[in-house]
Amino acid sequence: MAQEKEEKIVFQRPHALLPVVTNYCPGCPHGIVNRLVAEAIDELGIEGSTVGIAPVGCSVMAYNFFGCDMIEAAHGRAPAVATGVKRVHPENIVFAYQGDGDLASIGMAETVHAATRGEHITIIFINNAIYGMTGGQMAPTSLPNQVTQTSPYGRDVDTAGYPIRVCEMLSTLDGVAYLERVTVDTPKNVRKAKKAIKKAFQNQVDGVGYSLVEVVSTCPTNWGMTPQAAFDWMRENMLPYYPLGVYKDVVAEGFANAAEAAAARAADCPIANPDGAAAHGAEGGAR
Amino acid sequence: MAEKVLMKGNEALAESAIRAGCRFFFGYPITPQTELAAYMSKRMPKVGGTYLQAESEIAAINMVYGAASAGARAMTSSSSPGVSLKGEGISYMAGCDLPGVIINVQRGGPGLGGIQPSQSDYWQATRGLGHGDFHMVVFAPSTVQEMADFIFNAFDVADRYRTPVMILADGMLGQMMEPVVLPEAIDPADLPKKPWATDGHKGQREHNITNSLYLTADDLERLNVERYKRYAAIKRDEQRCEQFMTEDADIVLVAFGASSRIARSAVRAAREEGIKAGLLRPITLWPFPTDAIQAVVPTAKAFLTVEMNMGQMVDDVRLAVAGARPVEFYGRTGGVIPTPDEVLGAIRRLADDIAKKGGE
Repeated sequence: MAQEKEEKIVFQRPHALLPVVTNYCPGCPHGIVNRLVAEAIDELGIEGSTVGIAPVGCSVMAYNFFGCDMIEAAHGRAPAVATGVKRVHPENIVFAYQGDGDLASIGMAETVHAATRGEHITIIFINNAIYGMTGGQMAPTSLPNQVTQTSPYGRDVDTAGYPIRVCEMLSTLDGVAYLERVTVDTPKNVRKAKKAIKKAFQNQVDGVGYSLVEVVSTCPTNWGMTPQAAFDWMRENMLPYYPLGVYKDVVAEGFANAAEAAAARAADCPIANPDGAAAHGAEGGAR
Repeated sequence: MAEKVLMKGNEALAESAIRAGCRFFFGYPITPQTELAAYMSKRMPKVGGTYLQAESEIAAINMVYGAASAGARAMTSSSSPGVSLKGEGISYMAGCDLPGVIINVQRGGPGLGGIQPSQSDYWQATRGLGHGDFHMVVFAPSTVQEMADFIFNAFDVADRYRTPVMILADGMLGQMMEPVVLPEAIDPADLPKKPWATDGHKGQREHNITNSLYLTADDLERLNVERYKRYAAIKRDEQRCEQFMTEDADIVLVAFGASSRIARSAVRAAREEGIKAGLLRPITLWPFPTDAIQAVVPTAKAFLTVEMNMGQMVDDVRLAVAGARPVEFYGRTGGVIPTPDEVLGAIRRLADDIAKKGGE
């Protein structure tokens, strides 16, 4: 026995990622991000209590890829569905995995309101500046002058308006605990993305509040590029428009959770923060 | 025997839903269902439940979808224009076999319409609200007591057949006060378990999936056919109606909900004039009580539907009667409530027609 070569597993499929063939195109970063989500679930030991939500988009069939309980949702409605699940079982870890058309166009109301309610959910947001599943139409995040199937002369901001920077927009909302924009173009960035995704789940375990990780991504198929050229185009064009980084982190700011940060921000508003007003010595703070 | 209390229909629906084990309510403000949501916002926190004012009707029904998938008894309520927005979510619930209860306290339409009572969402409710091949069970209460009682039936039927169920009320039933005996409360913990629920597998079972996407046509066809077998069982076992003086009736009025109350008064008045009228009141609008209508065809000479719309349920009565007898319609629309006298006039005209034809 002693002379037999000892084998040590250093890399394997995460348990929360099922051994199935995905429907993703070759070179699509969805596979990487699916894996990072599964790794986070494994490392936190939460597969048995996690419920994932995959709304319409290229990742709609993720219910077949993740080992946890899964719900397919209507286009844009994942945050509302997640809210329903989380309110019934607050002990469950609930995440939604959404694309840019889903999250920032048809589902914008659900996105903003789940965030401002401070739902204790985790959102993984894939921003590849295009509707991939339906064949490459202009998305709410398509860049100015970007050519797509429905902006064949390039996105004309005079008629089609401007792209939405989701992290920047959501960072104004009090219910939000954590927002970070990452990408997965290099091993280093994949590691950073992993850290952010794990944190977004950890926040939910810890009851910190609504967390969203935006992954700036590519769509080689609909962009008409090789995977490597797509990453080059993304670095050249998308990252200047969608800068990577942390857009909100209430824990890093020294608060226990989003509610505490919101209370501090509203400290001078007596009705919003009666305790804060009382602390300031205002009379009649308690009602 | 529990004591009688005086309640608005909307409040009776809300209180009874809580008693039926519903602890999750998601809604959006709209007239004339207002009191229902207001009551829920007051009561739910006291019973450890959730009242959540959603950002839209669309979000509200999708919250019901999520809560139902998680295994809970959940409901939403709205009025006509808001119910239109729920169509997408209801179709998804049907496609995923999720139980849940949707209340429509109808008002006049189309468009923004008005806020007075109406029954003009009959087609919307009974033809499957939303895209695709599906049905939804629809209960039509006609009293505040039935508002309280039918919510229990609605949740039971929803859970038993794993289908969305609608209570089709209207602004009149929602706003009026009547004495009501509230049903005995049940503990949600005592409800049958839902092994299909997506509530976390805890490492003890395969993962559960809630889904309505089937890209292989054969698979989708097979599932739709399976679901229609369940619909066939619902049609066989769940048809409900009430009959009033139909045994010897020449003219059988068919009316549901608020208009059935008016039709009943008109039937009594017609009897006093010697016209043999009766009332068949559908309680389930889907499944439509076709069997009961067909059973009175041999003794009836004509049918008259009374509706607060331009003539919608009359289609189902004609389908049931299948040309064997004339089926006439009397209705008012836009939020106008017909008077018993108007309906009596329609009965007299029909009685005259029958007499003339009999003499020819």
